[in-house]
Amino acid sequence: MRLLVVEDDDVLLDGLKVGLELAGFTVDTVTTVADARSALEHARFDAVVLDVMLPDGTGLDLLQHVRGRRDRVPVLLLTAKDATTDKISGLDAGADDYLGKPFDLDEVAARLRAIIRRGEGRSEGVLQSQGVTLDPARMEARKDDCVIPLSRREFAIINALMQNPGMIFSKSVLEEKLYGWQEDVESNTIEVHVHKLRAKLGSNFIETVRGVGYRVGRAG
Amino acid sequence: MSIRARLFTVLLLMTGVVWLSACIWIYTSTRDRLERVLDARLLESAKMVGSLVADRTISVGLGRGNMAAERGPVDPGETSPSYERQLACQIWSVSGRLLSRSESAPAASLSDHSSGFQNTTIDGASWRVYALVKPETGVRVLVGDSVKVRKRLVDDVIKGLLYPAGFIMPLMAGLIWLSVAKGLEPLQRLAKGLAARNPTQLHPFTGDGTPSELRPMIRALNSLLARVHSSREREREFTTYAAHELKTPLAGLKTQAQVAMRSTDPEIQRQALKRIEQSVDRTSRMARQLIDLASVDAADRGEQSGQVDVAALLLDVVHELEHLSRSRDVEIVCAAKPAVTSADASLLRLAIRNVVENAVQYAPCGSVVECSAEAVDGMVNVVVSNEGPGIAPEEQEKVVERFYRSPRSSVGGSGLGLSIVRMSVDRLGGKFGFSRPGARFEVWLRV
Repeated sequence: MRLLVVEDDDVLLDGLKVGLELAGFTVDTVTTVADARSALEHARFDAVVLDVMLPDGTGLDLLQHVRGRRDRVPVLLLTAKDATTDKISGLDAGADDYLGKPFDLDEVAARLRAIIRRGEGRSEGVLQSQGVTLDPARMEARKDDCVIPLSRREFAIINALMQNPGMIFSKSVLEEKLYGWQEDVESNTIEVHVHKLRAKLGSNFIETVRGVGYRVGRAG
Repeated sequence: MSIRARLFTVLLLMTGVVWLSACIWIYTSTRDRLERVLDARLLESAKMVGSLVADRTISVGLGRGNMAAERGPVDPGETSPSYERQLACQIWSVSGRLLSRSESAPAASLSDHSSGFQNTTIDGASWRVYALVKPETGVRVLVGDSVKVRKRLVDDVIKGLLYPAGFIMPLMAGLIWLSVAKGLEPLQRLAKGLAARNPTQLHPFTGDGTPSELRPMIRALNSLLARVHSSREREREFTTYAAHELKTPLAGLKTQAQVAMRSTDPEIQRQALKRIEQSVDRTSRMARQLIDLASVDAADRGEQSGQVDVAALLLDVVHELEHLSRSRDVEIVCAAKPAVTSADASLLRLAIRNVVENAVQYAPCGSVVECSAEAVDGMVNVVVSNEGPGIAPEEQEKVVERFYRSPRSSVGGSGLGLSIVRMSVDRLGGKFGFSRPGARFEVWLRV
C-alpha cells in the first residue's frame, strides 16, 4: 500500500515515514501543498496522510483541489487543531478520517487500513483466498492454521494482489506499490519476491498471466 | 463617603444656611421697620396727648395721677400676653411735677431729657421714650414704649418663621435624601450592570437612557472594554496557536519514540533517538521563545532605560550562541566598536540574540556570520549578516509575524525569532530591516 504523507515538520515526517514503513506501507513524503499536488497528479497512492497547516497553504485547500479533480483517494487528516468545528470542516472538505496531534502510530496505521478498505468497498480487515488468510494489521499470512512469516516487500505484494482478487497487476504497478521515489528498484526484484511467496504459499497461489503480470484467483 | 451622603449633607447644609440667612434678614428688616413704625406711633401719641392738654380737652390733676400711682405700674412685658398697654404716658409740668400718668406708666420719670427720642432704664425695665414740651401749656409729655414688648414683637415674627422650620427641616431632609437617591439611580444601574458581569462579558454598555453626565464615562469605559477585549482575543489566539505549534513537535516525538520501540533495527532506533533529541532541542527553544515573546509583550515602552554597552552585549550574545554555531559549523566574526546607547538592556539583548541566532541557523554549514555594532549619530547600528539565502522581499513583511515560517526554508524554526525582534525593537523605539549588499544577507537594528 503506497502512501503519500504531507507534513512540514521534518521530525514528524521522518517518524511517520519510518513508522508506517514498519507497518507495511510504502511511504512517499512531501512538505508543501504544491509538491503534494504534483505528486498526486503524477502517481497513484492508496491513501494520503495530510497535515492541515502547511507552509504554503492548508491541507483543506489541497483536499478541495483533489476532490475537485474527482480523485477519490482516501485521505487521513492530521492536525494540531482538534476542536469539533475543525473536525467537521475537515470531514466536510472531503477527508475520510481525522486524527488530532499527537497521535499513536498504530492508530494512524489502523485508520489508514480502514479507509483504504472502505475505499475498496470491503468491511472486513482480513483477506482470504484459496485457503490463505492475510491479516494486514499484523502483516502476517496463515495457511492451514500455520503462521507464515512474510518480509515487508512480500507482504506488500501479496496484500496488493489479495485486495483485488482476479485483477492482474503488472510488474511496474507492483513496483510502484512497493517502492517510494527515493528508493532504487532492481530490475528483477518483483520476480524474486513472487518466487519466494510461491514457495511459502503454494506454487499455484499466484498466477502468472504471460506478458501482462500476476494475479491471485478470485475463488476462495 | 458616598456621593449620596455627600450630596445629602451639602444640600441639607445649603438649605439650612439659606433658611438661616432668610431668618436673619427678616429679623433685622422686621426689627428696623417695627422700630420706625413704633417710633412714629410714639411721636404721634405724644403729639396727640400734647394737643389734648393744650385744648384743655383733658384736665390733668395731681389727685387723679396719684390714684394711678397707688395701683402701681403694670409691667407690660411680663403680665400681658397681648400687646395691650404697651404705651406708657406721663404728663409733667415744666417745673417738674408729675401731673398725670397712664395706667402702665411707672411713677418715676420715664426720662429726663427735654425732647425727642431716648432709651432709658427704669427699675430694670428698658423704655423707648419720646419727650414733647408744650411751653404754651407748661407741660412736658413723655410717651414710652416697653423695649421688652418691642423685642417680643420681633421675636414672635421670627418664632413664626422658625417653628415651622423645625417641622419642615426633617421633612426636607427626607425629601433631599430620596431625590438624591433618585438622581443617582443611573449611576447605581451602571454599577449594578458592571458588578453583574463576569470577566468574559466585555461587550460595550449601551448609552440608551443614560444621562449626559454619565455618557463620557460610559464612552471611556466602552473604549477600555474594547481594548481589553481585543487584547484578550489576541492572547487567546496566541495561546491557541502556541498550543497547536507545540502539538506538532510532540506528535513527532511520540512517533519517533514509537518507531524506536517497534523497530528491531539498531540503525533505525539510533536515528529515531537522534531525531528525538533534535526535536527536544527545537521544542525547548520554542518554549524559551514563547517566554521571551511574553516578556517582550509585557514590557512597557521606554521603561527600565539605562546606559547599555551594545558592543559588550553583542559579544556576550555571540559567546552564548557558541554552542549552536559550533554544532552548525558556522563561524561568528564580531567587529564591535564601543557603542553605548540608552535602552532597556533585556529587550535589546533579546532582539540581538534572536537576530544572531537566526543568522546562524539559516547560514550554510562552514560559512561565516558577521556581526558589527557601531555608534552613528547618537544611535547604535547593529548589523548581522550571513551567506544564507536571505529573505525574499515579498516575504519580508510576513517573516515578522508570529509563527510564520518560510515555505522555502528547510530549517525547522519556531517562526517566532523575528517576531520577537520586531516587537522588541518596537518597544525600544528603534528600527529594524533587511538588506542585501552584494552576496551577503543583512539584518540591521538601529536603536
